[in-house]
Amino acid sequence: MNGLKIIINGIIKENPTFALLLGMCPTLATTTSASNGMAMGLCTMFVLMCSNMAISAIKNLVPDKVRIPVFIVVIAAFVSILQLVIKAYLPALDSSLGIFIPLIVVNCIILGRAEAFASKHNVSDSLFDGIGIGLGFTLALTLLGSLREILGAGSIFGLKLFSGDGMLLFILPPGAFIVLGYLIAIVNNIKEKKK
Amino acid sequence: MAKLESSIKNMVMSLTFVSLIASALLAGAYALTKEPIEKAKQDNTTNAIKEVLPDKDCQVGDIVEIKLDGYETPFIIHPATKNGELTGAAIETYCTEGYGGTLKVMVGMDNEGTISNYSILETSETPGLGAKAGEWFKAKGDIRGKNPGKINFTVKKDGGDIDAITASTITSRAFLKSVQCAFDAFKQYQNK
Amino acid sequence: MALLTVSGSPHVHSTMTTQKIMWGVVIALLPAFLVAIYFFGIPALMVTLVSVASCMFFEWLIGKYLLKTPNTVTDGSAVITGMLLAFNLPSSVPLWMVIIGALVAMGVGKMTFGGLGKNPFNPALVGRVFMFLSFPTAVALSEWPMPNPLFASSVTDALTGSTTLSLIAHGGELPPISDLLLGATGGSFGEISAIAILLGGIYMLCRKIITWHIPVAFLGSALIFAGILWLIDPTQFVNPLYHLLAGGMMLGAVFMATDMVTSPVTHKGQLIFGAGCGILTIIFRCFGPMPEGVSFAILIMNAVTPLINKFVKTDKFGYKK
Repeated sequence: MNGLKIIINGIIKENPTFALLLGMCPTLATTTSASNGMAMGLCTMFVLMCSNMAISAIKNLVPDKVRIPVFIVVIAAFVSILQLVIKAYLPALDSSLGIFIPLIVVNCIILGRAEAFASKHNVSDSLFDGIGIGLGFTLALTLLGSLREILGAGSIFGLKLFSGDGMLLFILPPGAFIVLGYLIAIVNNIKEKKK
Repeated sequence: MAKLESSIKNMVMSLTFVSLIASALLAGAYALTKEPIEKAKQDNTTNAIKEVLPDKDCQVGDIVEIKLDGYETPFIIHPATKNGELTGAAIETYCTEGYGGTLKVMVGMDNEGTISNYSILETSETPGLGAKAGEWFKAKGDIRGKNPGKINFTVKKDGGDIDAITASTITSRAFLKSVQCAFDAFKQYQNK
Repeated sequence: MALLTVSGSPHVHSTMTTQKIMWGVVIALLPAFLVAIYFFGIPALMVTLVSVASCMFFEWLIGKYLLKTPNTVTDGSAVITGMLLAFNLPSSVPLWMVIIGALVAMGVGKMTFGGLGKNPFNPALVGRVFMFLSFPTAVALSEWPMPNPLFASSVTDALTGSTTLSLIAHGGELPPISDLLLGATGGSFGEISAIAILLGGIYMLCRKIITWHIPVAFLGSALIFAGILWLIDPTQFVNPLYHLLAGGMMLGAVFMATDMVTSPVTHKGQLIFGAGCGILTIIFRCFGPMPEGVSFAILIMNAVTPLINKFVKTDKFGYKK
């Protein structure tokens, strides 16, 4: 398989948010604004790339029966490092994403890709898969965050589009479910038409 | 290289090996980021203190913790001095009765207790409503230049003199209460 | 969808059609509408007209271009949704917000699920809760427009004050019960007069559009629960009659909880449904952060309706245990 194909597969065909419906908790919780969604996506992508590579590299050293604990240790190590770095150099990001950075450990996309892809493919393919899935997740979260920010606060990436407050509900948790629901419906509709 | 068999020996070795490497990596990352993290935390507090103090070129002294009756957690006072004389203080205050829980505010005031500025340190108020507290009390419900000892520091609905945030009376009450606490704590500090 | 199955078996074929039921409800809503116009004047009329027109328009638009289903606008259900949505708003609400509320009510609340008969939640309430949470400064007001009868001698413009419910929640002198019965009180303009709403309810009972089970269970359980609280501590909790007559309790019990699409089909189920609504409403009002809780209570019970239907089944006709 070539790298580009794997990346495109991660963005479109196996998009973690719209096709696989994985990692719903950060998807719904951190997309209150476009920049928050994008930051969360990029953090997840970083962890995904590192963990995919590491797991692919050690896959033959790990006996099957203990593979899940080993994967979790690897993922948790990368997430903790990421959290420390963010706390040290990007304190603003730390305060806006807060608890959701350590929670990347339990994001099922990462364990899912480790189990389904990295433990079966070589290191470079796993890296490409990490980039592809990570980009797909980032794009989906940025789209969701942008829509919620436009509708809920009347701005995008902090830039004011129209005066006033917008419809607050879209910033609140129910807005995440409503917007995500309609986005998935639209994506499925487009897929149906292509067939 | 063939995959390792799931024998007890292999499993223990593999887990130990992976855990050791992960711990080593983490220890390294921790050692490298320890200083920057503490610096970032301190910067956050000093910036907030600088922002709220009435007189910008003054020395911020050591913190003093003041306990008020009926409040468990002490209020933290950062006294500001110039040429050895007290010019005001930045007070880390809080109120647990916000709409979304605890509200932490840094309030600056001069010796009289007149508020120079404030900055929200921690909030879990509703976005778009209570979360507006960061700007509201510098705009429509301006509290700067007002003195909790001289005017009634409650929202108009409760008979006070301050405009509450539209549709967020609970947040407004909590915020004003925290400012009042800061004032009381500072007075107690001055009387000592 | 010419015939509605609104009860457990056995079913008898009748001449009752969706249209007849829906227009019956519209007629039943008229007394409350007239009271609203009397007390709040032209703004109330405008909000209602805009709400009804946009509900009908969005149903037609979505039905024709997105769902591609037969035209259902004339069956009257969109008119009811529009009227109920408007009745739940203050007369001072900007009209563009009403249009957005109507879009959410029809689009999100009803057509997303496939149109009439398939929506799990009462569309008017979906629209209202959406507006309530989205435009708190305009819909969840702390200062509501006060009634100003059309034929009052002195013409004062735009009086505002607190609703009875916010007086209950935040303290203050309560208006006399008679004002709540007739409608001379602040609040959403369709819910102010208990008598007008009851008139509509009695009309619907006589036409057999609704049965007594839900309203009686709703109001009864609220009365009993609020009464118990009142007996425990009369200083903290108000007279249960106020809970019954103030806010959206009457409108909710008679018109919104009884929506046949979103309530249980058996009488036993309807009693459980109504009691749940009543108790939840009082819990929200007495212990929640907001003064009003009727819409949330009914929406939650809407969500429970399929469960109630599953557990409260009628025996098969002619079947003996």
